[in-house]
Amino acid sequence: MDKALRSNLSIVGKREPALAPSHAVLTLKTVTLIVENMRCGGCMSAVEKALLAAPGVQSARANLSAKRVTARYDAAATDPEHLAATLERAGFKAAEAIDTSDETQANEASDLLRRIGVSGFAAANVMVLSVSVWAGLASDMDASAQALFHWLSALIALPAIAYAGQPFFRSAVGAIRAARLNMDVPISLGIILASGMSLFQTMRGGDQVYFDAAIMLTCLLLIGRFLDESVRVRAKGAAENLLGLKALSATVVGTDGQARRIPARALSPGMRVLVAAGERIPVDGRVENGTSEIEESLITGETLPRLVRVGADVHAGTVNITSSIEVTATATDEHTLIAEIARLMQAAEQGRGRYVRLADRAAQVYAPAVHLLGAFTFLGWMIAGAGWETALTYAIAVLIITCPCALALAVPAVQVAATGRLFAKGVIVKAPDALERLAETDTVVFDKTGTLTIGQPQLVAPEVICTAALAQAAALAAHSRHPYAMAIVRIASARGLTPRWGGGVREVAGAGLVAETPQGEERLGSAAWVGAEADGSDQTATLWYRKGAAVPTPFHFEDAPRSDARSVVGDLQKAGYAVELLSGDRPHAVSTAAAAAGIQEWRAGVRPAGKLGRLKDLSTSGHKVLMVGDGLNDAPALAAGYASLSPATAVDICQTAADAIFQGERLVPVLETLKVARAARRMSLQNFAIALGYNAFCVPLAMAGFVTPLIAALAMSASSIAVTGNALRLRTRRLALEPVGTKGKQA
Amino acid sequence: MTALAWLIPAALVLGLLGLAAFLWALNSGQFEDLEGASWRAIQDSDAPDTAPSADSDDTRRNAK
Repeated sequence: MDKALRSNLSIVGKREPALAPSHAVLTLKTVTLIVENMRCGGCMSAVEKALLAAPGVQSARANLSAKRVTARYDAAATDPEHLAATLERAGFKAAEAIDTSDETQANEASDLLRRIGVSGFAAANVMVLSVSVWAGLASDMDASAQALFHWLSALIALPAIAYAGQPFFRSAVGAIRAARLNMDVPISLGIILASGMSLFQTMRGGDQVYFDAAIMLTCLLLIGRFLDESVRVRAKGAAENLLGLKALSATVVGTDGQARRIPARALSPGMRVLVAAGERIPVDGRVENGTSEIEESLITGETLPRLVRVGADVHAGTVNITSSIEVTATATDEHTLIAEIARLMQAAEQGRGRYVRLADRAAQVYAPAVHLLGAFTFLGWMIAGAGWETALTYAIAVLIITCPCALALAVPAVQVAATGRLFAKGVIVKAPDALERLAETDTVVFDKTGTLTIGQPQLVAPEVICTAALAQAAALAAHSRHPYAMAIVRIASARGLTPRWGGGVREVAGAGLVAETPQGEERLGSAAWVGAEADGSDQTATLWYRKGAAVPTPFHFEDAPRSDARSVVGDLQKAGYAVELLSGDRPHAVSTAAAAAGIQEWRAGVRPAGKLGRLKDLSTSGHKVLMVGDGLNDAPALAAGYASLSPATAVDICQTAADAIFQGERLVPVLETLKVARAARRMSLQNFAIALGYNAFCVPLAMAGFVTPLIAALAMSASSIAVTGNALRLRTRRLALEPVGTKGKQA
Repeated sequence: MTALAWLIPAALVLGLLGLAAFLWALNSGQFEDLEGASWRAIQDSDAPDTAPSADSDDTRRNAK
């Protein structure tokens, strides 16, 4: 059988190189592009057509599930950057995919699928033979026919088990070497003992033959394993797409003074990078030339831009606002903030300790119990005077019955249903054990800027500002990328004003904007720049506008909370979660945001190490903390938290550290994630209960020697189907957030 | 009983054919984009350069 397969495969394999030479004349290259907003079949063909219409593209094939398109192009005629630009023109957000371990993981999933195919084929055929034997018991099948059928079963089942069971055998050997017991140890033992004993019985001409049970067990367990793996592959692909879309390109100034555009990942220390106003700084570095303001809310949590001059350090991920600067990359510098945060993160991750998954915890109790039961059965029957052969057969029946088929499916099936539901709501669950850890949390710690708030300043009480002043201020502000200036322009256009300006506007980093007009000088900026009297309010969050010698108009700003922050925090508190706010921002801004969201417990001006410290304090006092954050300063805390969530707008390092990523402008996915996680935990426990209940019923029968191969096979399949069916309920059910402290233990 | 002599091999061969078809489908990437495949089936193949099966076959294999 194997041979037939291989030759079949090799035909497919050999055709590939045969095709290659015809293309080799052109320098054809293959690139995979991530296309974010490709959501339907229409988009899919639009993407393919747009690429095929581009010069130099030989072929394009979109993958809708992965949101990626693979194109073959002539390297002489075009390059990936151009192809991405082509797609942008067609209305799609595209970026080159960075190939990582995704490939090997996808291969692992299809390897499991292959094993499922082989074991499924074998299980079906062995079943056909077994059913004949069972039918033969009732009619007049003679011993020679029965022996023939048993031998045929062995011939089909043994090679299939040897091939398909490898993932379990390997994992079991690994566990035993490390002196541990995992679920795979009783699985492997059950499969191997059942096959070995069945082979022995077949040779002896006995009728306790369990090939059907052994191969079916392998097949069902592989399905559970595959579900687990495919969830992981999908989540990982989605997370990588998010990161890939944020990948930057940088303008590098060569030694010859020529500027070139290169992908940010090709940057190396010592390169001089030109960062235009409005661009994200792609590297950690030192300013060589120019003065500007840097918006670093992702790093410090501070909403206000920082003034930088020659010699100042700037960090990757921050945005250059005022004017272009030249930066020397210092990425490997030990003293950069990124390096420090990476060190903190490492330490925090070691501190998190190894979380033991629910299924493995069950296995730690279950596996020894199964082995003991099997041993007791054997000894009991020996003592009772049955021959060693009968005793061993019954012991194996116990092992097969208790083989944690349903247990091994119990958690993966729930995981698939839960992550599928969350995926549809825009939450990507990355860590395999994330849902279990999320379900156990009792405290939620939010970061402020960009997490609890939108991360963009909003004008306070715009209605009190007169339209004329707003229009004039907006005309000036339109020339700046300062977040406050952009907020003014937003409000102005929301009121239907179209800012118009002839020109002659100058921006002074750290101060403001100035324009000379025939009516006098107009200024927009800080109190000192405009020459205004401070009016007692928080001056750092205020811009002033003055025309000529008139009285200056103040514009106050705040970083507005997400639209549903208050209701989400309220729901969390109602469910018994303790909610805290930890921010690196100024006390005034933090207290305002805390009050707006209804959070009593807040801390301001907290450094990354401080956040880490607070989380450690919480965990030593027995709390399990869910950390929600997006900034670089949150990364260590995200790694240290019992579980962590990050918005999709977060810096790369946070998305890597977080267990799950949520998309969209609302905060409600945090609530939804907790709901689903807790429901998933309850369902997992229910599934364990189903599996154990079935064992409690069948094991005594098996120990007493009443279980025939038919009953073993039927009981096993029935429990697996029950468990999977129960898990699928999670897909559509209405969920309410369960109060903290309820373990959700029901039979 | 003599019927078994050819019934059983016939059953096995049919099963193997099914398995071979599955493995072929798996190796040639038929399961890589289940969402997209459902859309492709109902799309008008108005663009001749994407429609021919040989062409798209080629692309898919290269994508691997």
